[in-house]
Amino acid sequence: MSTSTPTRIRVGRYAGKTGFGIALIGVLALVLGPYLVMLLTSLTPREELVGAGANLIPSEFTIASYEELVTTTPFLSYLRNSLLVAAIAVPITLIVSTGAAIAMSRFDFRGRGAVMIGLLLAQMFPAVLLVISLQGQLRGMGLMDTTLGLALVHAAFATPFATWLLKGFADSIPREIEEAGQIDGASSAQIIRILLLPLLRPGMVAAGTYAFILTWNEFLYALTFTSQTATRTLPVGLHLFIGEYQIRWDLLTAGGVLSVLPVVIGFLLVQKRLVAGLAAGAVKG
Amino acid sequence: MTSSTLTEAVVTGRPAPRRPVTRRRRPARRGSIAPLVLLAPAIVLVAVFAGYPLVRSIWFSLNDVSVFTGVLDFVGFENFASVIGTAEFYPTLGRTAVWTFGAVSLQLVGGLCLALMLNNRFPMRGVYRGLIMIPWATPSVLVALMWKWILDPNNGVLNQWLLGTGIIDAPIEFLSQNSTALPTLIMIDVWQGIPLFAIMILAALQSVSGELKESAQIDGCGPVSVFRHVVLPAILPTILITTLLRLIWTSNYVDLIFILTGGGPGTSSTTLALESYLTTYKASDFGSGAAYAVIQALFLAVFIALYVRLTRKDANR
Repeated sequence: MSTSTPTRIRVGRYAGKTGFGIALIGVLALVLGPYLVMLLTSLTPREELVGAGANLIPSEFTIASYEELVTTTPFLSYLRNSLLVAAIAVPITLIVSTGAAIAMSRFDFRGRGAVMIGLLLAQMFPAVLLVISLQGQLRGMGLMDTTLGLALVHAAFATPFATWLLKGFADSIPREIEEAGQIDGASSAQIIRILLLPLLRPGMVAAGTYAFILTWNEFLYALTFTSQTATRTLPVGLHLFIGEYQIRWDLLTAGGVLSVLPVVIGFLLVQKRLVAGLAAGAVKG
Repeated sequence: MTSSTLTEAVVTGRPAPRRPVTRRRRPARRGSIAPLVLLAPAIVLVAVFAGYPLVRSIWFSLNDVSVFTGVLDFVGFENFASVIGTAEFYPTLGRTAVWTFGAVSLQLVGGLCLALMLNNRFPMRGVYRGLIMIPWATPSVLVALMWKWILDPNNGVLNQWLLGTGIIDAPIEFLSQNSTALPTLIMIDVWQGIPLFAIMILAALQSVSGELKESAQIDGCGPVSVFRHVVLPAILPTILITTLLRLIWTSNYVDLIFILTGGGPGTSSTTLALESYLTTYKASDFGSGAAYAVIQALFLAVFIALYVRLTRKDANR
């Protein structure tokens, strides 16, 4: 009797551990399964996909679909546009949101609370409500169907959360450093540039990645505000592909794999910091 | 500051547990122009590309907007009256509620379970957490594309598997049947939304004091009772706020529906936000489109007001 009880507990614990492990793997399979299906399909020869009852795992792997995608479709052009929009939107977001975050974290001014609430609210309005009049506004500004116009819109939409995220980082930097700087006679600008900005860098990496993911993935504005190959971004291009190459799943999935890689890599590199910020505030998700 | 304390502090508006006790001293630099200079670019950018369009769109909803000339003709609440008067208005409202509450409640349950799982120690937990967050970083178009392929009636993996195992006799056209279109869209949104929910709840779980749990155990609480009386009250504020945010975003989220079904078949998966976009761009009726969006925003106002109440303490701190 006395010997069987510990054994049973050990067996029970072992079974519990195994069950837990299986559950973890099961969840991971559910989350990553669709990506795996996409990758396998993109490597399957075209003929195998057309025939009914195609296998998930192809008889041979080929990168023919990637070659065709790059040579016969405007995929590279969409890719370039997405990169351009990001190259404009991300720095703008970072510059304006870092300034705003420092102002909110380090200064007391009238209307500070209102600005904070305003930043939160800015993310909650239906995107369609803004799209409707932004179109005419962009046309009036000469920014309709331009990379700059889309980048500015994306920057404006990434700024509230980026500010919120950076303010959290700034709040956690001890003030004593700046006070020491003040005593040594540094000006406000010097304190920010020499003391605060280097310490804010990790936060800026997280905010920049967030802005990158937002602009890379954004669909509705890009769809409405761009109408030619020279300005369309990847999400819009992929959407067009879905309509155009309906049964060419090898091409579609190849485009999907190439489009998702940059965000996934960027996300995994900074996920720890970004996740902290995500949980911390309001983020579109 | 660790991630969980940062989270706890910002989400609930309470000081984080491990934070230094000293109260924040904001340098008394009142009246300085420095904060204005720092803040101005952000304010200008957001005002020009979000604030002004917002006001103008609301104004659109009170006008008849000519598509070609952009000329406005004030009509008062006529757009609202005509929009609410359509036979499809209340069904659309109902579908919006099903889409929003259906998706968010399933994400809440799934997210809570996943968060409780991840709260256990296991090897490579950090990597695991990163991997399951990938759907959050995936473009909505790509989510749509992947699932369209998986659900494809002819060659899709899911139908093949269901046929192969004998669960069904004929392929299911998940996205092109009235009865399955909206539920399928909800499931895809749940797939994409659970990880974020889980991560937010996990951050709150990790800030629950271990000592408190232990002393409850010593006092004779079982695991269920510890969860009910110690853990749940501690994570409830986070759950409430996350749920509110997800309700707001899900009801605004049109990408998935737009790409996968376009609101169809018929109108069986059309929500208020999508109707607004379709009315504006397919029917070229900017006034009525804006009216739909304003109605949507009015419903959201209730949730937004709740959210602001719950977070105000933090913003004014």
